[in-house]
Amino acid sequence: MTAGPGSSAVVDERLLRTSPLRKLLGRPELGSVVGALAVFLFFAIVADSFLRATSFGTVLYAASTIGIMAAPVALLMIGGEFDLSAGVMVTSSALVSSMFSYQMTANVWVGVFVSLLVTLAFGAFNGFMLTRTKLPSFIITLGTFLMLTGMNLGFTKLISGSVSTKTIGNMEGFPSARKLFASYWTIGGVELKVTLLWWAGLVAVATWILLRTRFGNWIFAVGGGADAARAVGVPVVRTKIGLYLGVAFSAWVSGQHLLFSYDVVQSGEGVGNELIYIIAAVIGGCLITGGYGSAIGSAVGAFIFGMTSKGIVYAEWNPDWFKFFLGAMLLLATLLNAWVRKRAEATK
Amino acid sequence: MTAPKAQDGPQDTGRQALVELDDVAKYYGNIKALEGVSLEVHAGEISCVLGDNGAGKSTLIKIIAGLHRHDAGRFLIDGEETTLANPRDALDRGIATVYQDLAVVPLMPVWRNFFLGSEPTTGAGPFKRLDVKLMRETTRSALLRMGIDLRDVDQPIGTLSGGERQCVAIARAVHFGAKVLVLDEPTAALGVKQSGVVLKYIAAARDAGLGVVLITHNPHHAYLVGDRFVLLKRGVMAGSHTKESVTLDELTRQMAGGSELEELSHELERAPAPGSGDSV
Repeated sequence: MTAGPGSSAVVDERLLRTSPLRKLLGRPELGSVVGALAVFLFFAIVADSFLRATSFGTVLYAASTIGIMAAPVALLMIGGEFDLSAGVMVTSSALVSSMFSYQMTANVWVGVFVSLLVTLAFGAFNGFMLTRTKLPSFIITLGTFLMLTGMNLGFTKLISGSVSTKTIGNMEGFPSARKLFASYWTIGGVELKVTLLWWAGLVAVATWILLRTRFGNWIFAVGGGADAARAVGVPVVRTKIGLYLGVAFSAWVSGQHLLFSYDVVQSGEGVGNELIYIIAAVIGGCLITGGYGSAIGSAVGAFIFGMTSKGIVYAEWNPDWFKFFLGAMLLLATLLNAWVRKRAEATK
Repeated sequence: MTAPKAQDGPQDTGRQALVELDDVAKYYGNIKALEGVSLEVHAGEISCVLGDNGAGKSTLIKIIAGLHRHDAGRFLIDGEETTLANPRDALDRGIATVYQDLAVVPLMPVWRNFFLGSEPTTGAGPFKRLDVKLMRETTRSALLRMGIDLRDVDQPIGTLSGGERQCVAIARAVHFGAKVLVLDEPTAALGVKQSGVVLKYIAAARDAGLGVVLITHNPHHAYLVGDRFVLLKRGVMAGSHTKESVTLDELTRQMAGGSELEELSHELERAPAPGSGDSV
């Protein structure tokens, strides 16, 4: 964008006022990056084992499990909506593939594929309900959250006779599916899980979509001004449904990881995670009102989550304090973001 | 209601209107929002719609913009009777609408706003992407052509003044080849100087050959640039004039409620009178 050929080579002298610092301050991720550095330094000082390479692998893994979901949740929030059902949808997705494969004695991959369809259907349900009823997404997805929570427990007990699924570890297709969703490598003594690749890939795709595609332009528009967007011909309904499908896709990836990390799924899991995804997105610079934010920011937010949750363990503190830290972090990050944005706009 | 045809001067004999409303009505349930409204929009002319709050101006604009469908009467585009399905449909037929308060998405950069809904892409398949360079450069040059010199097309459009935002929206409509430009109270929230700037761009759009519908409650602004004037009052047409057939004073008097004003002064006179007890 700096190399403008032809007529625009004559740079407007007023452009010189835009300092690189101002450009940096205008980035939505800035607050979260500053926060991540602070958290890193903090734990590097108070926890001796935090700086070990093996610890880093653990931190990254914790970050990736949140980050995979935080990226599409961030896009959804930029599009002006919430998804409170995202946490339990992960569990639902794992339950569907596990129980389908077991009950049908099918190849595990069949269950994985069926689960993808079912999970996308959950996302589509959220999107359709939202755009049809025009109720706030908070209410719609709160309803889906409760229904999925009940269905997870109810169906699992009905089908498996207990609160967890039967083991599918010895079934056909399990090893190859585990390779895709839950394998790991050891590089220099550091255990790196495949979720890191999923995380990096999803953040990259989300960033590409957001900044370099028409759909991305529409996401910003439906979140920042749905009426204005509609008036210039943006397909608001399709955009919002697409965003919910994105969350559902990531829930499927996370769910399969959950299943193939072990070989059984606890049906009560996932409750509360939806808030952590939202927190990661908000720490990463997403405006709660929509229209502003970034996918990379959500990754930094997830990284802060990983450092905090594991750092407390390495510092040998009582893990009960984790939630306190997370809450404090959320407040600080939001304040910092608001301050940064105000400054960036005030210096115009 | 059938008078306007007769009032129109000889100037439009044989000329096809870009958009014509003929005896159009709109009902919201049992509420008459608009009834018997006729309006013509010609290329290179500005048709003004004047009216007070609640006169039906926004309903009229929503019909022309494709947000609402009319319930009665005829809506003609290039002489062909039609019903618009949605705003996209209106845009595809060359009708661009610039709304007073929702013309743009404030947090988005100027260049993203400029192309919103009509983004150019480059590449194919999964690598199909926004042509960001083209978008930035075109935004800059299209704005320059309209005489708007922005220092940075990357700034959020919300940081521009209200007048500048209107101008960007007008430049956008002109750039995308709109034949008809509908402007909803473009000067309502602006100061005198900024209003002047916006009126200048409206005139520029007219000179570029567009048909302009200017919705306003300010007869002074309307008379400065307008060629035809339609007055709305409580959902019905209270008058239809061409520039030759009306003076500013007459327009202002009708707009300010002429007879209603007389009635009001009458009522105000009567108010202090020691009337019957029920008025207290």
